[in-house]
Amino acid sequence: MSEQLKVPTMAQCMAEGRQPEILFWVGAAGSYDDRAKKITKAFVKILNKANVDFAVLGTEESSTGDVAKRAGNEFLFQMQAVTNIEVLNAYEIKRIVTACPHSYNTLKNEYPELGGNYQVQHHTEFINELIKSGRLTIEGSNQLSGKRITFHDPCYLGRANDVYEAPRNLLRSLGVDLVEMKRSRNSALCCGAGGAQMFKEPEKGDKDINVLRTEDAMETNPNIIATGCPYCNTMMTDGVKAKEKEDSVQVMDIAELIANSQNL
Amino acid sequence: MNYLPNILFAIALIAGLGFFARNVKKLIRNIKLGQDVDVSDNKSQRWKNMAMIALGQSKMVKRPIAGFLHVIVYVGFIIINIELLEIVIDGLFGTWRIFSYYQELYGVLIGTFEILAVLVLISVIVFWIRRNIIKIQRFWKSEMTSWPKNDANYILYFEMVLMTLFLVMNATDIHFQLMNSGNVVSQYIAPWFSGLSEPTIHTIERAAWWLHILGILVFLNYLYYSKHLHILLAFPNTYYGKVKPKGQLNNLESVTKEVKMMMDPNVDPFAAPPEGADAEMPAKFGASDVQDLSWVQLLNAYTCTECGRCTSECPANLTGKKLSPRKIMMDTRDRLEEVGKNIDANNGKFKEDGKQLLGDYITAEELWACTTCNACVEACPVSIDPLSIIIDMRRYLVMEQSAAPVELNNMMTNIENNGAPWPYNQMDRLNWKDE
Repeated sequence: MSEQLKVPTMAQCMAEGRQPEILFWVGAAGSYDDRAKKITKAFVKILNKANVDFAVLGTEESSTGDVAKRAGNEFLFQMQAVTNIEVLNAYEIKRIVTACPHSYNTLKNEYPELGGNYQVQHHTEFINELIKSGRLTIEGSNQLSGKRITFHDPCYLGRANDVYEAPRNLLRSLGVDLVEMKRSRNSALCCGAGGAQMFKEPEKGDKDINVLRTEDAMETNPNIIATGCPYCNTMMTDGVKAKEKEDSVQVMDIAELIANSQNL
Repeated sequence: MNYLPNILFAIALIAGLGFFARNVKKLIRNIKLGQDVDVSDNKSQRWKNMAMIALGQSKMVKRPIAGFLHVIVYVGFIIINIELLEIVIDGLFGTWRIFSYYQELYGVLIGTFEILAVLVLISVIVFWIRRNIIKIQRFWKSEMTSWPKNDANYILYFEMVLMTLFLVMNATDIHFQLMNSGNVVSQYIAPWFSGLSEPTIHTIERAAWWLHILGILVFLNYLYYSKHLHILLAFPNTYYGKVKPKGQLNNLESVTKEVKMMMDPNVDPFAAPPEGADAEMPAKFGASDVQDLSWVQLLNAYTCTECGRCTSECPANLTGKKLSPRKIMMDTRDRLEEVGKNIDANNGKFKEDGKQLLGDYITAEELWACTTCNACVEACPVSIDPLSIIIDMRRYLVMEQSAAPVELNNMMTNIENNGAPWPYNQMDRLNWKDE
């Protein structure tokens, strides 16, 4: 690693008596899952590069409760939500950015009724904003030029919240050859992880959903499958392995593609 | 004087409409068995949705072939029914084509009806071929056997017969043919009958006229027993459909109360509940039967026309799992019908029948196969939300029965203990920074 990541916590900010511009909600996957941690770090590199004044909750962050809610445990969800809202409100958080569409959806749509009102953005939306305001410049890179990339829409970003363009804009700005799968945007097929499926074995069937979705992606003959969700990333990575294509096809988060191509 | 036809017509009309009104009342009563839900928000958005999705068919045309044919049948249905007004007046008062007084306008109208009738006939035949000859997959899933399969075909036969009768009725109306205005299609059918005597032709005309109107009255009353109810319910259903982002699930208010109480340090956990407080407590969390669902969810069930677009987009169904969002809706409707019949048979009171939606109709295996991806919700051309029913039933399984799959129980225990779905220490949450 070229240099140490700067990752202030809200507790530190408070001790220094300052309020950061945004809170970066890391999420459980981004905090603990080895693959997803790389996405987290890539996004932090981008934040550092653009000199964004941000902070994380660190050890004060807890599961949003999204997965518990979708598994049917409304009690556990609301316990998590109310606890998190207490912490967020105590720090007077106004803006939250997250690299996890599940956290994004829950924080944005399901917390307000319980007393948590924040402006919530997905990291691809926020990076777009950084570029637009001139705080971050992206140069087309040799590393990616001419690479075929297909984008897998995470359900909780796309259908759930109608965010389709933000990730695609970023891919275009990298100067890559963006190819769409036959099922994309609002008709995109799920990776198979949502609704708590990530944490259980699938029901009996004739195929795994992530394999079917990987086949969709393979039809575009991609060098890279890009996505914007840690769960999708896991599922597609497993799908590529199941197809024994891990040597020729990479599964990458958009934050990683940006960080790598800009040599961050 | 012969008033017999007029009297018979009036009787048929009253019987047809009366029986229909009775069924509509039953329909409304059954839908109201659902829990109350506030849908007074976003009025302008709701009207817009109804105008776009139901009236404007905006979601039907996402699949161009079926969508285009459906628009023809839909437009044909609405426009040709203008003719019904004339038929009713003629029938009641023994007049002949009362509107033909304005001959030129009449010619344009009937001409339009005739062309539409032919287009509807062709579309319906193509529908029949798609369903029975080409056997498009979504029409042949496991829930599409017996009644649902026959129902779909009966509707198509009904429409074929009604359109044919309309054209024959015009072709054998000698006076109308002599007028030679508006008979754009029927003038080519009329020669088929030219070998027959005038009284015979007249008899055929009368028979076609009567069968056409009686057929319409029968069809009207067939609706309640059929998936074809969507022609009426698509309108309220798109109005009351979800206006929030698709990803947003409702927060159970009953749970919010409990959670707020648990988190409030001033609440005495051992205090006796105030008088009458029990009445406010919900009988249960989540849904195990149709009465636990909201009335909008029950309206959804009656609106479903079993087209199967939801199921054909469902990732679980596409990979061979048992879950089919269409089946969720059909099961909900079938159980609701069963409950309604039970109430009818027991003087307006539901008598416990030892059955419920969960288990007897929808299995836990189906419910646990859902990825909550919203593909079914997106695909539905009339704003049905099968996902909300799946979630409500999961809530019952988890909160009332603790019947989650064991891996999910582990996941939930992890969240309770260390704030993450995996068994990692909360204090290690920021370790990634230095790795």
